[in-house]
Amino acid sequence: MNRLSTALAVPALLLTSAMAYAGPAVGEVEKQSMNLSAIAMFVAIVAVTLGITYWASTRTRSAADFYTAGGGITGAQNGLAIAGDYMSAATLLGLSSMVYAKGFDGFVYTIGFFVGWPIILFLMAERLRNLGKFTFADIASYRLDQAKVRTFAAVGSLTVCLFYLIIQMVGAGQLIQLLFGLDYLYAVVIVGALMMIYVTFGGMLATTWVQITKACLLLGGGTLMLFLAFAQFGFSFETMADKAINFHKDGVKIMGPGTLLADPVSAVSLSLGLMFGTAGLPHILMRFFTVADAKAARKSVLYATGVIGYFFMVVCILGLAAITIVGTNPDFFEGGKIGGKLIGGGNMPVMHLAKALGGDVLLGFLSAVAFATILAVVAGLVLAGASAISHDLFANVIMKGKASEAAEVRASKIASMGLGVIAVTLAILFEKQNLVFMVGLTFGVAASANFPVLFLSMFWKGLSTRGALAGGASGLITAVVLVILGPAVWKTVLGNPQALFPYDQPALFSMPTAFLVAFIVSKLDRSVGAANEREKFDDQFVRAQTGLGAEGAASH
Amino acid sequence: MSKLTYERIRANPKFKELVAKRTRLSWLFAAMVLGAYYGFVALVAFAPQVLHTPLTTGRTTWGVIAGFGIVLLSWVLTALYVRRANTEFDAINNEILRESL
Repeated sequence: MNRLSTALAVPALLLTSAMAYAGPAVGEVEKQSMNLSAIAMFVAIVAVTLGITYWASTRTRSAADFYTAGGGITGAQNGLAIAGDYMSAATLLGLSSMVYAKGFDGFVYTIGFFVGWPIILFLMAERLRNLGKFTFADIASYRLDQAKVRTFAAVGSLTVCLFYLIIQMVGAGQLIQLLFGLDYLYAVVIVGALMMIYVTFGGMLATTWVQITKACLLLGGGTLMLFLAFAQFGFSFETMADKAINFHKDGVKIMGPGTLLADPVSAVSLSLGLMFGTAGLPHILMRFFTVADAKAARKSVLYATGVIGYFFMVVCILGLAAITIVGTNPDFFEGGKIGGKLIGGGNMPVMHLAKALGGDVLLGFLSAVAFATILAVVAGLVLAGASAISHDLFANVIMKGKASEAAEVRASKIASMGLGVIAVTLAILFEKQNLVFMVGLTFGVAASANFPVLFLSMFWKGLSTRGALAGGASGLITAVVLVILGPAVWKTVLGNPQALFPYDQPALFSMPTAFLVAFIVSKLDRSVGAANEREKFDDQFVRAQTGLGAEGAASH
Repeated sequence: MSKLTYERIRANPKFKELVAKRTRLSWLFAAMVLGAYYGFVALVAFAPQVLHTPLTTGRTTWGVIAGFGIVLLSWVLTALYVRRANTEFDAINNEILRESL
């Protein structure tokens, strides 16, 4: 039983910490003393991003500029931005601390985060670019009932964006409190204000360049730390591993699988949720519409896969190095007791490693980059959520495509501000809440409602409007119900002794439900509308394959 | 785009060739990545001792090699796919568009 509960609890911990740094720290965050070099570097980074936003604002006029930077982002730039969306502050802290605590098991999780990317390239990238315009709802509703399917897709997008925003904001507040010694309230308001400025004034162009800037800083910082860490071991992986084995309480076991994945069902469910949840995250999907054509879309994923893979490997090696460098230094433990509680909590190894390798300056730099990372990710989320409101719900469903461009752009800016205010408010309300369930919910909904509808609309001629709605709704409901019955809500939030559903991530069950229901309902749908929709698939297929009729790039 | 153009493209044997080639390559590569990854997960769950085995006498285990191997495989397949799609497939695609417009 003990082993089982560890196997269940740790994926939850990783998901939370890796996505958002929200769970284990709840309620017990200690404010650090002000770190002046961190604050100075953070102010410098913010100044740069505001400069970018000003530059972008002079070039953001049309709706296409706002949503997709006019389609003028190159493959390499977009690849870095996608990688930036994926390399959150939480992956840096969460994955490295997993390796620090559990060795090889952390490495296995890291790989699970990564392998979705090649799949997205092989199966989806080109079709997304060729069929999409501004939002993924454009694709889902391409040949289906505009009002119904678009509304469903937009609501799915908004749900995912809002949940993800809350997780990120709460995590950001706690992280900043920890690293900078700023009050939670101030931290959340600063993050909220900056993200609204980026999005409202600079649209996708500013959001993308903020993301690129941060990705470069994170890659540079990570590489520098990798070099400094390796230098301590004579640039030998063998020495690093040997020392880690000597100092880690699990000894030689850290170089192979441990108890974490002893339960294959939760491991598979988690990896499915991560892989296909990623392919259903609106802010990631939107990035495919910012490039000129399918060729650039493919290149984006090539760069993104390279950068993400490299960064994740660096993070794992830093975790391994921290076992020796941080784990044997009493300065980093509460009361100077080696092997006791790490100062700042279990997610701090990489931060302590920075301090050990480069003193306050490197620590300050890494803290500032972590803050910048959160800013860049939340800006993308707000933009994606605002697009679902202004482009899908306002311009296409309510105004039935008759809204003027100026009205649509205005709506998108109002929506960005509104979402920002809601996110800040909810983040303040949820400060003390345990948000593990929200991570399960976000990825569960993305993988079980958004992804199946999007995938089937591109790949299966037989899909009808009724099938899409029934499939998406059943995936959504199954995911939500399973999360409520699962350990994160049933046990942790509601205080029941035993969860009715033993897994935190519902994807293994909710995703097949969505596909199955969509399949059966579409098969049974013999309406005239459904016949028309199937007939339209052939033309859609030609466009998906050749790009003929795809939205072109606006010149800049 | 007119319906007629789309129909002309569908009738073009080159279009069928393009779709067949691309579909085959993309599903093959996807199956390779998924197969490698879930094979790895299966080893972790059912035969962890295999991954604990050291490579030689040192500390590096087969598990570490397998993990890095999956990342490397993903990179290589991604690069191969992009190269073939951006040259061969795009060339066929451009021919199809030229012939049909």
